[in-house]
Amino acid sequence: MNALLTNVFAGLALGSTYALVALGFVVIFKSTGVINFAQGGLLALGAYLGYTFAGDLALAFGVAVVLACLAAAVAGASVERLVLRRMVGQPPFAVIMITIGLLFVIEPLITAIWGFHTLNVPNPWNIRTVEIGGLVLGVRDLWTIGLTAVVVVGFFLFFRYTAFGLAMRATAFDPEAALAQGISARRVYAVSWAIAAALAALAGITLAAGPGGLSPSISFIALAAFPAMILGGLDSPSGAVLGGLIIGLAEALTRGYQDQLFSWAGSNVSVIVPYVLMIVILLIRPYGLLGTKDVRRI
Amino acid sequence: MARAVKPHRNLVLDYSQDLRLFGTPLARTGLGLMLVTLLVLPTVVQDDFWLSVLIYSGITAIGAIGLNLLTGYCGQISLGHAFFIGAGAYCAALAGGRAGLPLPLWLLVSALVGAVLGGLIGPFALRLRGHYLAIITLGLVFIGEHLWRNLREVTGGNNGTSVLAQATIGPVDLGALELAGESYSRNQGWFWLVWVLVAVIALLAKNIARTRPGRALRAVRDHDQAAEVIGVRAGRYKVGAFMVSSAIAAVAGALFGAYQQHVTPDEWTLLLSIQYIAIIIVGGLGTVFGSILGAVFVGALPALIEEYSEYIPGVADSAGGDGFISVFALNQAIFGLLIVVFLVFEPRGLAGIWFRVRAYFRTWPFSY
Repeated sequence: MNALLTNVFAGLALGSTYALVALGFVVIFKSTGVINFAQGGLLALGAYLGYTFAGDLALAFGVAVVLACLAAAVAGASVERLVLRRMVGQPPFAVIMITIGLLFVIEPLITAIWGFHTLNVPNPWNIRTVEIGGLVLGVRDLWTIGLTAVVVVGFFLFFRYTAFGLAMRATAFDPEAALAQGISARRVYAVSWAIAAALAALAGITLAAGPGGLSPSISFIALAAFPAMILGGLDSPSGAVLGGLIIGLAEALTRGYQDQLFSWAGSNVSVIVPYVLMIVILLIRPYGLLGTKDVRRI
Repeated sequence: MARAVKPHRNLVLDYSQDLRLFGTPLARTGLGLMLVTLLVLPTVVQDDFWLSVLIYSGITAIGAIGLNLLTGYCGQISLGHAFFIGAGAYCAALAGGRAGLPLPLWLLVSALVGAVLGGLIGPFALRLRGHYLAIITLGLVFIGEHLWRNLREVTGGNNGTSVLAQATIGPVDLGALELAGESYSRNQGWFWLVWVLVAVIALLAKNIARTRPGRALRAVRDHDQAAEVIGVRAGRYKVGAFMVSSAIAAVAGALFGAYQQHVTPDEWTLLLSIQYIAIIIVGGLGTVFGSILGAVFVGALPALIEEYSEYIPGVADSAGGDGFISVFALNQAIFGLLIVVFLVFEPRGLAGIWFRVRAYFRTWPFSY
C-alpha cells in the first residue's frame, strides 16, 4: 500500500510538471492557434538561467526562480516578436515547422553556453524528505505540487477576473472581433508567449532541482507534455492540468511496477507510456477529454 | 490546330503541355546532361569520401521524395519519417542479410513492409489534421525508438545490428563491379545503384504528381473537405499517400542500412525526421526536383561538417575536445536555422528560387 502511495505521489509531482508545460501549450494555442514545439527549449533555457542565477550569481533560490521565470518570459515574448509574428496567417504546417526549427536552434545554443555536463542547481530541497503518516515524501515533490497548485489557481483567477485576462479570452475566441473592440492582438500574443515561457521555466527549475540534476536532455520533458495537452484537449486549460496529472500518474505507476507488471514490454517502457495513452485517447476522443470539437466549413 | 501563330519562345499553349514530363527541349537537354554526369562522375571522382557523401545524399534524396509526396503534395505533416526509414533498414538486415535475398527482392520486401506500416499509421490522418497529426507522428518516433531498443532479436538492441544485405542482381555484384575488364570499387558501384534508384523513384513520384492522383493529393492538401465535395476520396488518398511515402522511406532506409552495413537505434531519432523536413523545406515543398536539390545541399552537410570540423572555428571535433559546440549540436542548430530562415524568407525553397530565375529569363524582357 505504501509503495502504491509513494508511486502515486511521485506521479502527481511529475504530473504537476507536465501540467505546467501543457498549460503553456494551451495558452499559446488558444490565443495564437500555434502549437509551440519550442516549449522544451524555453523550459531548458529557464532551468539553465535558474542555474546561473542560483549557482554562479549565488542568489537566494526563490529570487533565482522568479528571475529565471521573468527572463524566460522575455525570451518567449521576443521569440514571438522576432519570428512568429512574421508567420501570422501562414498555414499550420509552416508555423509548426518554425517552432520545431526554433527548438533545434535553442538546444545547441544551450549546450554551447552551459556545456553537456550534468549541473547541480543549488537549492534548498535537494534530496531531503519528510515523513508523513509513515510515507516518505520528497520535499522537492511537495514544493512542485504546491507551486503548481498556486500557479494554476493564479492562472485561472487571472483569466477570469482581470481585464487583460478577458482581453486574452476575447482574442482567443475571435481575433477580429477583439481587434474591433480595441484589444491589441499583438500585445495578447506577446503576453501569451511570455506566460507560456514563464510556466515552462518554472517547470524546468523544479525539475532541475531534483535528484537528476540539470542536463540538456531536460527539454525532452516538454515533448512528453504534448500527450498531456492532447489528452486534456488542445484548447482547454483545465484539460491541460487534468491531462498532465493523468499522464504523470500513468508514467510513474508504470515505472514503479516495471518489474512486476511490465517486464514484457521492455526496459524503460514508462518513457513511451504518455504517447501510447495519447494514441488511445485520440482514437476514442479525438478532441481530448475536455476539448471542444472544432467545426469546419468549406 | 492552327500552326500559323507560333510564338518564338516556348510558352505553354495548352493543358497537355503543362502535363509534359520533361518540359521544354532545353529542360530535356539539361536532364540528359545530368544523367550523363551521373554516369561519368564516379569514374572521375574516385575519392571514397566524396563518393560516400554523394551516395548518402542520393539515399537521402529517395527518402525526401517520399516525405515530399506526403507533406508537400498531400499536406500531411509527419514527424515520423525516421520510424519508417528505420523499419526499412531492419528489413534489409532480415531479408537481405539473414535470408540472403538478392538486391531487388530485399528492396521490394522493405517497400512492402514500409507500405504496410504506412497503411497502419495512415488511418490516424483521417481523424486528425495538422497539429494532431504532427504530435501523433512525434509519438511514433518515440514508440519506434523503444521498439528498436527492445526487439533485440532483430535490431540488436542498443548496440545495433550489422546489415549484411548484398547489392547483387543475379550474377552482378554492385559491391565489386567488373565491367569489360575494368573493376570498380564498392563506392562506385553503389553510386550508380543509388542514383539510378533516385532517378526511378523521382520518375515514379513525378508521374504520381502530374496525373490524376497528384491533382487529387493537391486538392486534399489545399482543403480536404472541399476536395471531398468535388468528388475526391480524401480518406483514400491520405492513406495512399502515407503508404507510398513510407514505402519509399523504407527503401531509403534499406539502402542506408545496406550501404553502412551497421545500424543502431540512435540513428532513427527525431533529429533524422527533422533533417528530412529541413530538406524538403529547403529544397521546395511540393516539387520532386526540390527534394533532390535539398537532399544534395542539406543531406551532405553533416558529413562535410564532420570531415572539416577542425577547420570550423569553435567546433569540438571529438568528445572533450576544445570548442564550444559539438559536431552533433552544430548539425542540429543548422537544420533548425535552415527551417526557420527558409520558411520566413523563402517558403518555396531552392526550387522556388530556381523557378523565379527561370521565369525571369523565359519572359525577358518583360520580366517583373
